[in-house]
Amino acid sequence: MTDLVEVKFTVNGRDCRIEVEPRRTLADALREECGLTGTHLGCEHGVCGACTISLNGEAVRSCLMFAVQARGATIVTVEGLATGTRLHPLQKAFIEHHALQCGFCTPGFLMLSATALERNPDPSDEELLELLSSNLCRCTGYKNIVAAVKAAAEAMRKESGR
Amino acid sequence: MKPASFSYHAPTSVAEAVALLAQLAPEDGRVMAGGQTLIPMMAFRLARPRHVIDVNGIDELRHVAVEGSTLSIGATVRHAMLERPVAGSGVLGRLLADVVRHIAHPPIRARGTFCGSVANSDPASEWCLVAATLGADIVIRSSRGERVVPAGRFFTGIMANCLEPDELISSIRIPLLPDDTRFGFHEVSRRQGDFAMAAALVAYRMSGGRALEPRVGVGAIEASPRRIAVAEDTLASGARGPELFRATALACGGAVDPMDDEEMPAQYRRDLVRAVVETALERSLA
Repeated sequence: MTDLVEVKFTVNGRDCRIEVEPRRTLADALREECGLTGTHLGCEHGVCGACTISLNGEAVRSCLMFAVQARGATIVTVEGLATGTRLHPLQKAFIEHHALQCGFCTPGFLMLSATALERNPDPSDEELLELLSSNLCRCTGYKNIVAAVKAAAEAMRKESGR
Repeated sequence: MKPASFSYHAPTSVAEAVALLAQLAPEDGRVMAGGQTLIPMMAFRLARPRHVIDVNGIDELRHVAVEGSTLSIGATVRHAMLERPVAGSGVLGRLLADVVRHIAHPPIRARGTFCGSVANSDPASEWCLVAATLGADIVIRSSRGERVVPAGRFFTGIMANCLEPDELISSIRIPLLPDDTRFGFHEVSRRQGDFAMAAALVAYRMSGGRALEPRVGVGAIEASPRRIAVAEDTLASGARGPELFRATALACGGAVDPMDDEEMPAQYRRDLVRAVVETALERSLA
């Protein structure tokens, strides 16, 4: 066992200070040390995308980073999407369009889409399909997920007057 | 599925990184850039480095820019940083932006690096194919100094290259392409973002209806990507058009020595190479 290292970052607007082994993935640190179990772990080798989070504004797979590499980072997890009890437009759209069944993949899809829509509020159908092909869903299917993200993008554009 | 223990080192300069490598490479120290291949290998415990030297904190390696007649790509430049052509990189920038869309998915592209892909030397790597086809120079640093290896001599087999354990790729320089260069890239994979089963990159200049300075490279077929001389000769031999493209693709299929396994027999790979070369050539017309 190697020594513990200190890591500080911001998660969902809160300062976080944890002590972990260097081999601790960011995904495990978020779940175990920070208690944020909304980030799911499916494959643990970067294929399924369930652990996708926003790191300094970019969607990344938190199982493909060590927590120690996130020193000083600004992280948003699915717990940080809603504002108080007000759901994020993507969360509302996922409910309205039945874009989840078992829900295991949902946090990853939400964070993937939320980060992408911040950068490009009006993606083409082709861009959206390419983006959503990043993550695996094995029950509902992609049709409703695509519909939900499209609807959310439209709602967000209206909200911001774009 | 959890990596084995290791000691973590985060140098802030190349000098510090190569000094650490000189000390730790004999104790199974490994460089980590984007980590998008190394970390899964560690999760599977196919890799169990005792020391990880993380180069992400080295500012001088995050540099991508046109330098003289080349585009210089530093060790921690992410795939995503090439999704839009780098200022002043002309046709080469557009070529890289076209190819990068085939590399994994956006979250992987946000972390994974160009130089890391080359260091990893997967036969199916798009960037290894680009480096081999366009004649990139691999700039290698160690405590012993700097050496530059042409991509054509860098790759030595499946996930194998001429890097010594204490060496770090600090940057890769790709020659800029003349403004009248036409290019085409195509790959076949089972799913969007998956590993290529065959890939082809072609580039040439046009003069009087004929292709000049032809480059025809194939990846994922042999242990390492390479240019296929006989296909280039065919491409330069006549007037550009569907017949010449087909002849070039056939020449390429005949010249390769494909990998052979149960999942993809050599003959299947040979058929695929013909298909991807022909499509890449068709795309060069667009």
